[in-house]
Amino acid sequence: TTLMKEKLVVFLAGLQYIAVQIINTSGCFKSFLLANCSIMYLFLLFLADGPSIQQVLVELTNQRTVPNVFVNGTHIGGCDATYQAYHDGSLQKLLGDSKDAETYDYDLIIIGGGSGGLACSKEAAGFGKKVLVLDYVVPTPLGTSWGLGGTCVNVGCIPKKLMHQAALLGQALQDSRKYGWQYEEQVKHNWETMVEAIQNYIGSLNWGYRVSLREKSVTYLNSYGEFVEPHKIKATNRKGQVTYHTAETFVLATGERPRYPGIPGDKEYCITSDDLFSLPYCPGKTLVVGASYVALECAGFLAGLGMDVTVMVRSILLRGFDQEMAERIGAYMETHGVKFIKKFVPVQVEQLEEGMPGRLKVTAKSTGGEPEIFEEEYNTVLLAIGRDACTRNIGLETIGVKINEKNGKVPVNDEEQTNVPYVYAIGDILEGKLELTPVAIQAGKLLSKYEFLFTPLEYGSCGLSEEKAIEGYGKQNLEVYHSLFWPLEWTVAGRDNNTCYGKIICNKHDNNRVIGFHVLGPNAGEVTQGFAAAIKCGLTKELLDETIGIHPTCAEVR
Amino acid sequence: MATLWRRRERLLGVSGRLCRTVRALSGKNEYDLLVIGGGSGGLACAKEAAQFGRKVAVLDYVEPSPQGTKWGLGGTCVNVGCIPKKLMHQAALLGSALKDAQHYGWNIAQPVHHTWSVMAQAVQNYVKSLNWGHRVQLQDKKVKYFNMKGSFSDPHTIRGLTKGGKETIVTAENIVIATGGRPKYPTHIAGALAYGITSDDLFWLKESPGKTLVVGASYVSLECAGFLTGIGLDTTVMMRSIPLRGFDQQMASLVTEHMECYGTKFLKRCFPTKVEKLESNKLQVTWKNTDLGTEETDCFDTVMWAVGRAPDVKTLNLDAVGVKTNSETGKIIVDASEATSVPHIYAIGDITEGRPELTPTAIAAGKLLARRLFGQSSELMDYDNVPTTVFTPLEYGCVGLSEEAAVQCYGSDNIEVYHAYYKPLEFTVAERDATQCYIKMVCLREREQRILGLHFIGPNAGEVIQGFALGIKCGATYPQLMKTVGIHPTCAEEITKLHITKRSGLDATVTGC
Repeated sequence: TTLMKEKLVVFLAGLQYIAVQIINTSGCFKSFLLANCSIMYLFLLFLADGPSIQQVLVELTNQRTVPNVFVNGTHIGGCDATYQAYHDGSLQKLLGDSKDAETYDYDLIIIGGGSGGLACSKEAAGFGKKVLVLDYVVPTPLGTSWGLGGTCVNVGCIPKKLMHQAALLGQALQDSRKYGWQYEEQVKHNWETMVEAIQNYIGSLNWGYRVSLREKSVTYLNSYGEFVEPHKIKATNRKGQVTYHTAETFVLATGERPRYPGIPGDKEYCITSDDLFSLPYCPGKTLVVGASYVALECAGFLAGLGMDVTVMVRSILLRGFDQEMAERIGAYMETHGVKFIKKFVPVQVEQLEEGMPGRLKVTAKSTGGEPEIFEEEYNTVLLAIGRDACTRNIGLETIGVKINEKNGKVPVNDEEQTNVPYVYAIGDILEGKLELTPVAIQAGKLLSKYEFLFTPLEYGSCGLSEEKAIEGYGKQNLEVYHSLFWPLEWTVAGRDNNTCYGKIICNKHDNNRVIGFHVLGPNAGEVTQGFAAAIKCGLTKELLDETIGIHPTCAEVR
Repeated sequence: MATLWRRRERLLGVSGRLCRTVRALSGKNEYDLLVIGGGSGGLACAKEAAQFGRKVAVLDYVEPSPQGTKWGLGGTCVNVGCIPKKLMHQAALLGSALKDAQHYGWNIAQPVHHTWSVMAQAVQNYVKSLNWGHRVQLQDKKVKYFNMKGSFSDPHTIRGLTKGGKETIVTAENIVIATGGRPKYPTHIAGALAYGITSDDLFWLKESPGKTLVVGASYVSLECAGFLTGIGLDTTVMMRSIPLRGFDQQMASLVTEHMECYGTKFLKRCFPTKVEKLESNKLQVTWKNTDLGTEETDCFDTVMWAVGRAPDVKTLNLDAVGVKTNSETGKIIVDASEATSVPHIYAIGDITEGRPELTPTAIAAGKLLARRLFGQSSELMDYDNVPTTVFTPLEYGCVGLSEEAAVQCYGSDNIEVYHAYYKPLEFTVAERDATQCYIKMVCLREREQRILGLHFIGPNAGEVIQGFALGIKCGATYPQLMKTVGIHPTCAEEITKLHITKRSGLDATVTGC
């Protein structure tokens, strides 16, 4: 009977594999048990008084079979009953009851209702935890704000891909005539129609997230969260009303917001990607500042929708990406009407005329060589020079969570735990691990890294860039295979020959294992996904060859 | 030019005869390899062999279709198969794009028309450029090309016959038969041959086929009916039994279900009994409806048979050399090294018994054969896990086993099927129905959960399935696929997120991001 005071007691017939089986059959069950308690297994066969215990068990529970499971003295039953109890949550409840978690309002508070935060909250709630999500969108300097779901849904992947799709359809319209479709020459794009359709869809997603949180019994507050003392957060809503909440564990998932360069006129007159996707008027002649993927993607679809677009770049395109691919992306955009001003940065933006859009005058200076000044008028200036983590105004210093002072990112260990044990961080605010040493590269840590761009010619990659591969393995140990290709659909449409491009990088000393895959062409994302899976399964060049026949047009490393 | 060609042929004729004499004297054959049939497989094999410095010749000859359609070098895929089909499918997709575009803010003044002749001209021009490309490639690789019909006169000798009836004798050490297949006509339906066309004619029509009846439930039938519907033609598919036999039947039903929503009409469990030509030039088709036991009739501008394909072996005179064929299918029986019953005679591609009728497999088989013959390779063609895509309006891509085949091989208790109904992001704004967008993955149920088959219905299915096919070839397991991070937002990422098993009976509809 004293045993019954133990948290979880499992009586077994003495064969350990049964215990292992119980726990291993369900992965989440296992992690749940490990996280919650130490388990006492009693192997009846090995106990001197085993038979008498078994007798007592039968009397107590009317159950002859093992395993026989008790939690805090409460009889659960055999294997099936334990599962049942786990799945309906009663097991968690029994185990949880013994904890002194009562002192906190919540088991878990998540700051930030983006992709990561929402997924985490729902998963935790699934384990029977009491969860609060705080989400609050600080409006942009121009007053744009949005609903639940974070960057991806509101001002990132989703609207971006839809606008990219709108631009692709513009291309499809041109193609369609070659394929026999006939209609009036004059085709115009209506920005407002597109934005309304996209915003309606996003609105439905925002609503869907609200509903799914409610269904999972996650509490949601549309308030700004800030730590005021350990385990305690202050939440301020739109009206300025303040509430306080405590929790045992916290997850930071505040994400990032676009950076402003800090030049005269930037916040007053320029927009960022946070404003673009819901812009109520057509941006007209646009200057995109920056060489990030956001800059190139936005410039790409704006040009595709018929806008006069110029991209102003400080130095190289797409830093950190495979540079050969980056240059090809830039070259393709240039041949499709996007202008590039290289080695210039804006120093001032002035308003010449208000309006929707208005008229702005941009002054820029050269970044190298002879100092040069560039001046031009635009309707819209879109800043896409980078993004900053939203970690500076949430009271992290109050509870001692360390951030990288330079970029605001949060360093974490492998369990995504910050230096303060009860605070975790996920998503875009994590300190990047891009600065990998060659050794780490070889260890394959980057192999699951993808890049994917919805530039007019889509780009997908998996694994290492050529530069990183050379750094990690040495040029002489690599074989790079590449090929230009002409998608069948483009032939009849009379679209560019010799633009679509594929490249794979193989390690010569590991059976020609593929360590980098890069493709530039239509549907690159769809194409890359499967290859990513294949690379994970140890894809080699030989196998690739037999299946799709990328010919080695360049047998030696360039 | 014409005279030049004729002169050359005559010269060749002479040299051919000379050759036979030479061979009779020295016992040496003129060529190391002779390929009969200049399609995907044959050309790949010939070019690969030439890479090894061997003396290679290709014989290619297109017997005009019963309606008189003929084409150039390159075989079925290039001329009357994958290439023109995918281009016409693209034309249909662009028709959908025109509709989508309006939701995305493009103002297009109605009406929108499709003109067959513009499309056909563009497609045919492209195909002709490929014909020319193949000629040039053969020349570059120093492969001798004969535009002749070949038949065996002895195990090392082929008698080539030009269109004009001129004969040339070619001898070779090794011979590869790669003459492919041609569409079948039904044999007992009055008017079928006289008034009907097949896929051999469709892609070369100069004028629109108009209101069309497509008979058959093969992928050829559904693909053609799909694009005809897509470019705005009144299209009906008549099928006697199940669609896409051999494919996963749940997927096949979704494909036809989507086509019905898309506007293709279906006459199910019906078979035609006669085709008559009316004075109006319309074709009146009479059929039996086996459900109702009634006889029905309707008029069409075009009737296309897509009731299967048959190998073209008759003219080869195989009996003379003892190459064995399957008496039922007429296809040539080969072993794992593509050798026929006569050791130095090989066969690849659609003409071989039990092999997939697919271009990439024929190409790979041809190349590997050439490498084994001349390149000291011993690698055999792996016919397992060959991915394929059906280019119906909503595309269907698959690799590996169908659910039925998996159940048959392993038993339903030993397989786990993960599935999901998903909505492609582009469909949302375009207000397109995604009811049939569906993914299914068939795995072994035991701990490792090796993937046996993957099935995907949705846009760009071919592009999506290709990489996964590689993964499956590498022995991918369900847990491995789940560890692959998704590329967001794509359709392919849904495959990496599959988690609902059929066994669970839970709703497999994907919601949210």
